[in-house]
Amino acid sequence: MATFWNKNGRKFAYGACGLLLFGLIWFLATNGTELGKILPDPVTVLRKFFVSFAEPIGTKTMVFHILTSLRRMLLPYLVACAAGILLGVVMGWYKPLEAIVKPYIELIRPIPPIAWIPLSIAWFGFAEMSKYFLIFLACFPTITINTYSGVRSVDETIVRAAKMLGARDSQLFTTIVMPSTVPYIFAGLQVAIGSSWATIVAAEMIRSSEGVGWLIISGQETSNMPQVLVGIVAIALTGLVLVSFMRLLETKLCAWNERGQ
Amino acid sequence: MQEKKQAKVQVQNLTKKFGDLLVLDNLNFEVQEGEFLCIVGPTGCGKTTFLNTLTKLYVPTAGEILVNGIPVDPKKQNISYIFQEYSAYPWLTVKENVMWGLKIKKVPLKEAEESAMEMLDIVGLTKFQDYYPGQISVSMLQRVVIARAFATRPELLLMDEPYGQLDIDLRFRLEDELLKLWERTKTTVLFITHNIEEAVYLGQNIMVLTNKPTSIKTVIQNPLPLPRDVMAQDFVELREHVTELIKWW
Repeated sequence: MATFWNKNGRKFAYGACGLLLFGLIWFLATNGTELGKILPDPVTVLRKFFVSFAEPIGTKTMVFHILTSLRRMLLPYLVACAAGILLGVVMGWYKPLEAIVKPYIELIRPIPPIAWIPLSIAWFGFAEMSKYFLIFLACFPTITINTYSGVRSVDETIVRAAKMLGARDSQLFTTIVMPSTVPYIFAGLQVAIGSSWATIVAAEMIRSSEGVGWLIISGQETSNMPQVLVGIVAIALTGLVLVSFMRLLETKLCAWNERGQ
Repeated sequence: MQEKKQAKVQVQNLTKKFGDLLVLDNLNFEVQEGEFLCIVGPTGCGKTTFLNTLTKLYVPTAGEILVNGIPVDPKKQNISYIFQEYSAYPWLTVKENVMWGLKIKKVPLKEAEESAMEMLDIVGLTKFQDYYPGQISVSMLQRVVIARAFATRPELLLMDEPYGQLDIDLRFRLEDELLKLWERTKTTVLFITHNIEEAVYLGQNIMVLTNKPTSIKTVIQNPLPLPRDVMAQDFVELREHVTELIKWW
């Protein structure tokens, strides 16, 4: 275990050094060169970021902005999880449905969510629904395809062994197919939570007056560069927390899997 | 009442074609209760097709397979099948793997647990009961699968080159373990291998198959008492006899 901590301790130290070095270069570049005119220095940005937890930007403080954006992201994300896992499983299990549905999923997948903004506004107006729609599109295909490939790559030997031990189709499904699909589902959920969160800026481009994406958009409109960067920092840190949380969940639920170990 | 005991397994006119390719050609044989039958044959002679047909993973083109006098069906009869590839479930611990077959058959939890622990003891994995398959060695994996198969007290155990991927030292150990389990449980075993030494070491009877289309060349009774010595004169002679049978079809 000692080596384990040494290894992780060293990794952490290297990471911290890299971050400090980056901050230093940023600081020197913005204070010593012309770059300072178009990019605020890191101290200003960080100070503004922390201050924003106490003093509102717009009408709200940072906690409210983050929570608003999280709500906008999590609601459609959870719907996409339920729908994507369900559709993925059914697609993997029934070949005819795969043939019908898979091409559409594959067609939708490469379209960037931002491309849907005009349609989204036309269909759902400027309210929350159009934002949900964009985020749903950002994660639904990924979750579906990952779940589907998980179901399709269940080890044939394991299925045969289960059949020989007398498993009925329903038992085969619940005790063999589903557990062996879980790591694939998790991989999908993780990628999807990242891309949904990244889509928050695009979603909040559709008229909004709060949220971390709004910080960036309103910062741009008022040429408030520090606010833009504060928005970026908020998105980055919240994203990090989200992904770490997902990883933790995976470690707990898939202890048997190499990724989880 | 019965003058002759009914055979455990009866194979009648078993034929399997893949399109025009005749793989199994009219096989007829019987296996008695508690028998350990080894099936050997040249590489690619359709040994695995034979087992897969026997277990209804493939549908036979013609003929019938009866276990205890009724057509074979893994859902109704208690049959276990051990493959060359390792089929332990990676998301279950060693102990949960061994209990799985019993759970599927709705054996009460406590009973299943006792049964599993007994099997784990025989295959020497008690210490590893809470490990996941990803954390143990390849030979242990196959022992997990074998313990899982025996735990269900199968009426018929089919083994398809289960030790094909192991080195010789481990193979000997696992073969002894298998004999121990067989003697203890009196399970009927059909063991397929291309390794003649293994067949002579394990089998009460040795069935020699011909090249494709597969038919039964002969069945040899193995008179050597257990435990057998692979270096003994009579063992070597029997092994060479079987080898000759396979070579000259």
